[in-house]
Amino acid sequence: MFHIGRYVQLLSRSFRRPEKWGIFRQLLTNELESIGLQSIGIVVLLSIFMGAVICLQTAHQIGGWIPVYTIGFTVRQTMILEFSPTLIPVILAGKVGSNIASQIGTMRVTEQIDALDIMGVNSAGYLILPKILAGVFIVPFLVVLSMVLGVGAGAWIGVATGVSPLADFEYGMQVDFRVFDVAYALIKTTIFGFILTSVSAYHGFYARGGALEVGRSSTKAVVWSVVIIMISNLLLTQMLLN
Amino acid sequence: MIQLHNIHKSFGDHNVLQDVSAVFERGKVNFVIGRSGSGKSVMTKCTVGLIEPDQGFVSYDGRDFTAMKKRERGMIRQEIGMLFQGSALFDSMSVKDNVQFPLQMFSKLSKAEIEKRASACLERVELEDAGSRFPSECSGGMQKRVGIARAIAMNPKYLFCDEPNSGLDPQTAIVIDNLIKDITVEYQMTTVVVSHDMNSVMEASDTIHFVHNGRICWKGDRQQLLRGGNQELEDFVFASDLMRQVRMHGNHKGDES
Repeated sequence: MFHIGRYVQLLSRSFRRPEKWGIFRQLLTNELESIGLQSIGIVVLLSIFMGAVICLQTAHQIGGWIPVYTIGFTVRQTMILEFSPTLIPVILAGKVGSNIASQIGTMRVTEQIDALDIMGVNSAGYLILPKILAGVFIVPFLVVLSMVLGVGAGAWIGVATGVSPLADFEYGMQVDFRVFDVAYALIKTTIFGFILTSVSAYHGFYARGGALEVGRSSTKAVVWSVVIIMISNLLLTQMLLN
Repeated sequence: MIQLHNIHKSFGDHNVLQDVSAVFERGKVNFVIGRSGSGKSVMTKCTVGLIEPDQGFVSYDGRDFTAMKKRERGMIRQEIGMLFQGSALFDSMSVKDNVQFPLQMFSKLSKAEIEKRASACLERVELEDAGSRFPSECSGGMQKRVGIARAIAMNPKYLFCDEPNSGLDPQTAIVIDNLIKDITVEYQMTTVVVSHDMNSVMEASDTIHFVHNGRICWKGDRQQLLRGGNQELEDFVFASDLMRQVRMHGNHKGDES
């Protein structure tokens, strides 16, 4: 309860009007680059290989009376409903979350946050708000990229290995397609983007001690971000799909 | 002038500050000295609002800082400069960007005026050529001087220095002491220095407050310090052989014991 209360307090401090909009825009741009552009590589890598593997595994499972277009259908559904919107934020919690926690934690233990406070700068707003907004904005883009690449890689490996002709795969991709599935994925992703940035920032902001504690706060940030993302995933799925 | 009125602060059962009252005068270097764990850092943090006192209040030139709302405090904080023990420079910014930061955040100066002001501050601490360096590329003494340049960038009325000489060699420490003393007079600031470095106290202090077990148990100046006061003060001040020699031979920078 203590942590929930302090987390809510920190968020209320973060969501205040920035002192200077020009500086805020600059910080937001930097965070969009740091959280978004610098994560494209790992998103591309994971999505291509996961899409390809899902295609091959599905092909291995089906046989006989199950139509081949099921491969395209399964790859699409897996990427859109679960892999891209959930696992990509989990991966980002590891990459971006630990980075956020260690950056803010180091600033805390070296008194840089105290220096901001003494100057009259809202340290939470200055350090955390740009990261949260960047996360909420850019993570859905990364997830859409992941969906496209995953399905594309599935199609390519299906054709390349001969397990699914392109026409069947394309047909499977279109069967029973609901736009709401994509909307559901993007709603989840936006919330996960908020969770992974804010929870990581919380652990960094309240780090105490020295280098060891900053390391611990970074680990806690990743663990708690993943735990909260998983719990939220269950709740959101129940709420949105039922 | 900064005044502390009957400040109390506890952490759990531990009374860190007990009925602390003090006056820090304008245009003077006011030292707060005491052993590690005596409560002087908590006292400073209560003074600048990083920690809320349980009882009592702090006033800046008659303005009750403790009772103020966050927005009003923000205005006062723009009049405060602080030099941290570890300098607390923003390590992702260059020296010049560090000095420009408070100006960019709070002043209405143009970009050119901000650059001019930052250059003047760096010149004042004799670091005019170090603007493009990053804090990690600066020595400890240089980092302290950058910290001072950043602290004075907004023309503050109040300057706080937390252990300004920790980790510095004696010669560099004297440079920092003299710089603090000079800018205090030059900017007519109310300067509060928290330290347990007796060399620094003898070099730069105008008034001295001795904190022991969360209470201010002695106030005075350098001359009075050498005469001693109570047992706790004597134990602290004359712990080193150097200070005992200073007392025995009577003089330090023209002071008489």
